[in-house]
Amino acid sequence: MATLAGPSRLIGAPIKRREDPRLIQGLSHYVDDLKLVNTLHCAFLRSDYAHAEIENIDTEAAKRLSGVVTVITGEDIREKVSSVPCAAEIEGLKIPNHPALAVGRVRFVGEPVAAVVATDPYIARDALDLIEIEYRELPVVVDMDKAIEPDSPVIFEEFGDNIAFTMPLDAGDVDKAFAEADHVISHRLVNQRLIPIAMEPRGVLAEYLRGEGTLTVWSSTQIPHHLKTFLSLLVDFPEHRIRVIAPEVGGAFGSKLNVYAEEAVVAYLAIQLGKPVKWIEKRGENFTSTIHGRDQINYVEIAVNNDGTITGLRAKLLANMGAYYQLLTPIIPVLTYLMIPGAYKIPNIKLELIGVLTNKMATDAYRGAGRPEATYIIERMVDLAAQKLGMDPKDIRFKNFPQPDEFPFEIPTGIIYDSGNYQETFNKALGIINYDDLRDQQSARRKRGKYVGIGICTYAEISGFGPSIGVAGGGWESSTVRIERTGKVTVLTGVSPHGQGQETSFAQIMADELGVDIDDIAVIHGDTGRQPQGIGTFGSRATPVGGTAMLIAGRQVKDKMAKLTAHLLEANPDDLVFENGKIFVQGSPAQAVEFATVAAAAHNAVNLPPDIEPGLEATHFFEPEKFTNPFGAHIAIVEVDPDTGEIDIQRYVAVDDIGHIINPLLVTGQVHGGIAQGLGQALYEGAVYDENGQLLTGSLMDYAVPKATQVPSVENDYTVTPSPANPMGVKGVGETGTIASTACIVNAVVDALSPLGVKDIEMPLTPNRVWQVIEDAKKGVSE
Amino acid sequence: MIPGSFEYIAPSSVDEALALLKENGESAKLLAGGHSLIPTMKLRLAEPEVIVDLNRIGALKGISESSGTLIIGALTTHYELETSDLAHRKIPLLAQTAAAIGDVQVRNKGTIGGSLAHADPAADWPAAILALDAEIKAVGQGGERSIKASDFFEDLYTTAIDPEEIITEIHVPIPGANTKGTYLKLPQIASGFALAGVAVILTQVENICQNLAVGVTGVSSVPYRAAGVESDLRGKAFSSDNIAAAAEKAVDGIDDVLEDIHASEAYRKNLAKVYTRRAIESAAS
Repeated sequence: MATLAGPSRLIGAPIKRREDPRLIQGLSHYVDDLKLVNTLHCAFLRSDYAHAEIENIDTEAAKRLSGVVTVITGEDIREKVSSVPCAAEIEGLKIPNHPALAVGRVRFVGEPVAAVVATDPYIARDALDLIEIEYRELPVVVDMDKAIEPDSPVIFEEFGDNIAFTMPLDAGDVDKAFAEADHVISHRLVNQRLIPIAMEPRGVLAEYLRGEGTLTVWSSTQIPHHLKTFLSLLVDFPEHRIRVIAPEVGGAFGSKLNVYAEEAVVAYLAIQLGKPVKWIEKRGENFTSTIHGRDQINYVEIAVNNDGTITGLRAKLLANMGAYYQLLTPIIPVLTYLMIPGAYKIPNIKLELIGVLTNKMATDAYRGAGRPEATYIIERMVDLAAQKLGMDPKDIRFKNFPQPDEFPFEIPTGIIYDSGNYQETFNKALGIINYDDLRDQQSARRKRGKYVGIGICTYAEISGFGPSIGVAGGGWESSTVRIERTGKVTVLTGVSPHGQGQETSFAQIMADELGVDIDDIAVIHGDTGRQPQGIGTFGSRATPVGGTAMLIAGRQVKDKMAKLTAHLLEANPDDLVFENGKIFVQGSPAQAVEFATVAAAAHNAVNLPPDIEPGLEATHFFEPEKFTNPFGAHIAIVEVDPDTGEIDIQRYVAVDDIGHIINPLLVTGQVHGGIAQGLGQALYEGAVYDENGQLLTGSLMDYAVPKATQVPSVENDYTVTPSPANPMGVKGVGETGTIASTACIVNAVVDALSPLGVKDIEMPLTPNRVWQVIEDAKKGVSE
Repeated sequence: MIPGSFEYIAPSSVDEALALLKENGESAKLLAGGHSLIPTMKLRLAEPEVIVDLNRIGALKGISESSGTLIIGALTTHYELETSDLAHRKIPLLAQTAAAIGDVQVRNKGTIGGSLAHADPAADWPAAILALDAEIKAVGQGGERSIKASDFFEDLYTTAIDPEEIITEIHVPIPGANTKGTYLKLPQIASGFALAGVAVILTQVENICQNLAVGVTGVSSVPYRAAGVESDLRGKAFSSDNIAAAAEKAVDGIDDVLEDIHASEAYRKNLAKVYTRRAIESAAS
């Protein structure tokens, strides 16, 4: 495979996001900003009960309200809208029917039960209050440990129990490793349920044109192309007559890597009513009825020798599915299972992953998606082992890293890490924070009564999703590069950025490749009508997979342009240089021809060489051969206030290796944002359901996402170990921060309190919880 | 989040507003900054038929000084108090408390009168208003009356104000010489409201506590004066030991300490003591 050609001008440059001027001036168009004439407005009535039989629904009063066009229930559409899709393929997976509107029974608070369409959103909302539903309450299943007991109430009677699937792994000789180990450390680790909270909630606008027979759907989604295919199946409408547009999307973090009931119902209603129908999710609905993340309980044991060598790992992983599956629900914890050894050589691993059904909203991909959980498990266990051995947590990590010459490095779960040098990255982080002095300072401050902690997380990630064999629905990406008649460049990409900044970074790549000004390049995405093929943005894949598809398509166009230019200049195409909007023979810039002149010649098509077709356009589908594996070392210093349990993050150093860097400003922004979300999990966030399955943290008054003032200043640095998985050598950076920071912060706080004998604290580390742990430790209450 | 339908009226005088309240009775609600009322309406936890917007009544706005008292119009925003030169010079505790409320957007719209009338048990103003022995002026059909801060808060979201009354002014006596104050709180991280907030006003002569007032919010269903702390320290030196011993009495006699998913009863009690100690130390230093 080719590598990047020529001296770079823009790749590697910290160019400001070209997206931002329109965003910060409010000039962008999100779904709710789009206005179509005669649009009707949809609202959903949702279940107030976590588990109940629907005995009766009376919609008559709602239908009589002036301005209401229609009211539909699950019974009305059960033959017309098919089950909300799940793309997971796991042996033995029990897949429940997931009606778009509940039929007969509700299984979580927030499940849509009926939909109202009215002439304005206020009337639609008023009508919801007029729908009468009689429920008969059923026993509620909220606790995973209890849900898998034989006497638990069952959510789907046809399944017999609440176990969605069981996935075992037995690699090496685990029993022998544990029998022979000097120490075995066992621990129960909880990865709490999180709510993604994108700034823009979901929204759908659908328009059916009866004459043309076309359905256009605008949705705040990460996957417009998949949504097109699934909508055709959901509402039985021919796919080639559907166009899906993801306009400006105000964040997602995985929550819009999905196909939702509301998307199907709104499309169905638009077709039935022959008028545009719009639904904009309310923040409260976003809390109860958009996917949640994490929610695992892990029973973990590791076998370790006196010298710090980890010889084995055993774990039972309980993963909360929720009541129904969304697109990838059962797959997310499989990533935990695959990545559980993290950055370490652990030869013997035995796992049992159990998917558990409960009366809660479905979990699914939330930034990091399975990998923060894996990192949390192994990074907490490594620290517990170091604590047990009286070893510096730095030393136990070095002891168990693979050596740089062992890459590509295969771990026992079957994943092959593409490239790495964990020692270099960790050493760089240790140097920045001056680790050896730091431990001395910590001792001195402890003597003065301060609770100071140093937390380390050295992580390995899997990203750049990925080879199609490892990604449901395909892991390739597609791009078209077109040089317009005037020499402007249109880049169409199948990835669907929603905050990542590829309108900037992709333009940097293409500007270098074609030797044109970045302002002459438009990067278009999120429209199946303009870019017919694509997969979407998730799993830190856009640049390694989508960027590569674009680069190769660009090279194909460039090759064609070189042939045409060679014909015009009577030169050899291999001798041509593309630079500053001109094309010339190497060494003869004075005889240059304008890039735009050649573009016009290609379109005018009156003097083309015999083997060249008119126009300048190429499309490439890139199928990656392998995943990429970013890695890094994060170190945090915290001080805990023993009187109140408040945590002060005093320094945070992040050294990440994501291969080559296209735009360091965007990369550092991604790392900052990821760290903020990861420390949100560590310190603040947690979805709390009560024993009746009611979501107690259903608003931003009760669910804390980190605010700017609550995030520390991060000291970023990088090492560069190129990925062999793509010609640019990039690995992907969307999730590294989230994967590393949660464990890093918790390790730091536990380290701060270790003089009190504290070994663990359950997340989130709220001041109340930390204070209680300190109080209990002082009273000698053991963990 | 779409509210039910309502009628909106924006009177230009207090008399007009009072007439609207009389006319519409329980179905009317007064709108000040709207930071509590509007979210409640959007969630349809409240569905008033008539909204009486006070924001066009100029007489309810502004800060002035009159014979040893700061007079704060009920519709004065938190931001105006935070940045008021008069407040900074005469009663810095008011500016400090205002600055601790919510975020910039909240402070730009939210008003002191609205906050007091709403009586959220974790709001910031009650601690300062109690510590400063302020008086709340209200006007109703029967004319004007004055309510002491200590009589004002009756229960969760419940005050001594009648439904047909309007808060017009808050009168805050300007403390005498050698008096300092401070407000410290630990916010609930999502909402910014106080898990515990302590306002202290103390008079210090040669390190001896001549007078002390401690207002506590966020801890109990009704904000309160920590009388045990005040009497314990009065007349004593502001030593660390004395302050710590007095602060231990921060929840004495309080039998309805709040408990929710954000903080346990035990933790709130602890916070009341710790923040009382720190607030006194800070003011006395």
